[in-house]
Amino acid sequence: MKVDYFKTHAVLILTFACLVSTQSCKPKTAQSAAGGDAAKAYVAPGKYDEFYNIVSGGFNGQVAVYGIPSGRLFRIIPVFSQSPESGYGFSEETKPMLNTSHGFVPWDDQHHIALSQTKGEHDGRWAFANGNNTPRIARIDLTTFRTSEILEIPNSAGNHASPFITENSEYVVAATRFSVPLDDQNGDVPINTYKQNFKGSISFISVSPTSGEMSISFQIRTPGVNFDLSRAGKGKSHGWFFFSCYNSEKANTLLEVNASQKDKDFVMAVNWKKAEEYLKAGKAKKQTVKYAHNVYDENTHTATSTIKNEVFVLDPAECPDMLYLIPCPKSPHGTDVDPTGEYIAASGKLAASIPVFSFTKIQKAIADKAFDGEYDGIPVIKYEAALHGEVVKPGLGPLHTEFDGQGNAYTSMFVSSEIVKWRISDLQVLDRVPTYYSIGHLSIPGGPTAKPHGKYVIAYNKITKDRYLPTGPELTQSAQVYDISGDKMKLILDFPTTGEPHYAEAIPASLLMNKQRKIYKIEENTHPYAAKGEGQAKVERKGNQVHVWMTAIRSHLTPDNIEGVKVGDEIYFHVTNLEQDWDVPHGFAMKGANNAEILVMPGETQTLKWVADKPGIIPFYCTDFCSALHQEMQGYLRVSPSGSNVALHFSTGTNKPAVSTPSGSAADSSAK
Amino acid sequence: MKKLINIVFALSSFIILSCNNTNTVTEEATAEPTVSAGGGQASVKDDESAKDVVKIAAGSKDHTTLVAAIKQADLVNSLSNAGPFTVFAPTNAAFDKVPKETLDNLMKNENKAQLQDILQYHVYVGSLKTEWMEDGQTFNQVNGGNITVTKKDGKVMINNTATVIASIPAANGIIHVIDAVLLPPSK
Repeated sequence: MKVDYFKTHAVLILTFACLVSTQSCKPKTAQSAAGGDAAKAYVAPGKYDEFYNIVSGGFNGQVAVYGIPSGRLFRIIPVFSQSPESGYGFSEETKPMLNTSHGFVPWDDQHHIALSQTKGEHDGRWAFANGNNTPRIARIDLTTFRTSEILEIPNSAGNHASPFITENSEYVVAATRFSVPLDDQNGDVPINTYKQNFKGSISFISVSPTSGEMSISFQIRTPGVNFDLSRAGKGKSHGWFFFSCYNSEKANTLLEVNASQKDKDFVMAVNWKKAEEYLKAGKAKKQTVKYAHNVYDENTHTATSTIKNEVFVLDPAECPDMLYLIPCPKSPHGTDVDPTGEYIAASGKLAASIPVFSFTKIQKAIADKAFDGEYDGIPVIKYEAALHGEVVKPGLGPLHTEFDGQGNAYTSMFVSSEIVKWRISDLQVLDRVPTYYSIGHLSIPGGPTAKPHGKYVIAYNKITKDRYLPTGPELTQSAQVYDISGDKMKLILDFPTTGEPHYAEAIPASLLMNKQRKIYKIEENTHPYAAKGEGQAKVERKGNQVHVWMTAIRSHLTPDNIEGVKVGDEIYFHVTNLEQDWDVPHGFAMKGANNAEILVMPGETQTLKWVADKPGIIPFYCTDFCSALHQEMQGYLRVSPSGSNVALHFSTGTNKPAVSTPSGSAADSSAK
Repeated sequence: MKKLINIVFALSSFIILSCNNTNTVTEEATAEPTVSAGGGQASVKDDESAKDVVKIAAGSKDHTTLVAAIKQADLVNSLSNAGPFTVFAPTNAAFDKVPKETLDNLMKNENKAQLQDILQYHVYVGSLKTEWMEDGQTFNQVNGGNITVTKKDGKVMINNTATVIASIPAANGIIHVIDAVLLPPSK
């Protein structure tokens, strides 16, 4: 930029237009854009990735599993959304998984992942996932990569600050994004009575150390702020939880303007060990609520949904020393605890710095009562008293921070579209790399644990304009993998993602790959409609319900000829996959089915409901290419008019061809 | 005011994508697929979408100084992001009120941080229409400093020094054209 540049008016417009987009003037190659180190992301055919990346699906409501460093997609796990591909949420067995106090809710917005931990390290048992819209938490079994449990959260609206986990998986948390009138209050109030009627809520959900089953241990009633994100303390700060809060203004409209009025919002520090003491001392009040708890049983291959009716609530007014607020610049987003548990990096997404709080200083400030008054009765710790220091001008729009275990932190910057690496001890910025474009979350394998594995940081980007072949108005989201083993971060891979990833965790392959479930043992199948051999295949009528105990094995379905079904009948195809061989699911699809197919794993039973709407012959077949004779794996259902006297009849291999008559149609041997 | 808006709009449609020539040559010379620019969001080629705050400013003959400064401060890609942004955009005449020596100094590489600070003081993350602003309201700008809005008889002033003389909606926010440069309060 030259001074005379300002004087030359004639060419200004052209010049500036070029200057603005001057970077596009430089010829770029794929290699320069990718950092020239793509070989590090290459996993040769037949080789395994080093890490599983368990990635939230955002608006697709599911969880995706990728390999790192290759970025290869292995699986999309159906969690909160129906999956016509597998029949999840369509089959009779899995429908209860999506039951809520609002009835059947077949979609959600899935933002964050928390992998189970023991002693602050990944233990590879479960992945927890939040449902943001209709507040829920799901638990995924990492031996099957299937959803085992979904728990609805009462007194919540927008389960965003969730499902962050403690270092021994004692609790996963669920703090509400929207404060709302509580479930047992009359919610029919003017919206502008927010300050009087709207309350926040944090749920502590205990996790059974053996089964993983979740249960709401207690809730803490909070001021009516918006909770954004959270992390559990670890090591020295184990026993505490930290939540970012915004809208401390308690605005009920145009938050874009009105929730950014104060210079500082808060990080809420929760002493959950103290909360446990209050709970034990009987300080919690029982509140009448309604929420669903859905559990999938791997032996019956069936989910059950139970509606629960009460929750125990702690009121901070009656529980001193349980909650503290730490001022934090403008709408803090991520509040992330370093591997030692000493430092809490809180990214004010509209702030010009990243404040890093010290757990030791917070404790001292509490002991010294270094408070700056109260907010709704909760002590506000003096900012400087809690502060380790600020990362000054790290970039624009700091969102989330992960750690490499080597004393460094990595913060995503949405507005300036980059990852900034900084040293925790002296808060110096060490390195920055661009992301393409507009990074949201980021993930380092083991990044949120006490023992990060480092090696890579993965950026999850919101915008991919010009990064891939365009696909109309909607473009893919993306992830980018950076090698962080050296001093400088190096982009090694850019890959498109499914859904819209928010947070993700990555875990060493060695912790999961050797304990994968390969089959369900047929002798352990206690599904009431299981046919554990072709001899058990049958068809029974109960009123207008017809139950088909069907088996599937390479390469036929038993029965494959069914007659005697009438218009208006509800037919339940209970398909048991008799295979006891890894990676041999059978699918089952009916022409005209108003729901989906079902995919049945080896040893499993799943049920497709189908209603006969008109007379005729309905074909059915296996949809998963199972064998050389997959295309032969098919059958027929005959539907007769409602008043028909065609008897119920089923068979495989015995319904011999009828002898044709002169008129061209066979005699109906089944009609009596 | 209307005239100015018209000028701004007219000019904004004159943006020339600078590198068409280079790319055309490349594409004709080889059968290789087009290579992504990798240069940041500002270099995304898109003539169809509404213009973002940077493109609008770049198309205005009244904001050449501002655009040069944004470029010098490496803020082009950031302001091409999803935002949303409110950019208080001083006109060239507004910059002319700043001593030339001061401006020239700010444009030097060694003073980039200071220039960034000043420019970021002109940007708010959030899209603020003037009708949403209230008299006496403060907004915390990207650099961390606050601005104060005064609103009298429909006239909106920032820090009692700069008057909003036009407002132009952009794809990723809004530009309020102002007649004075805002100086961040000393910290």
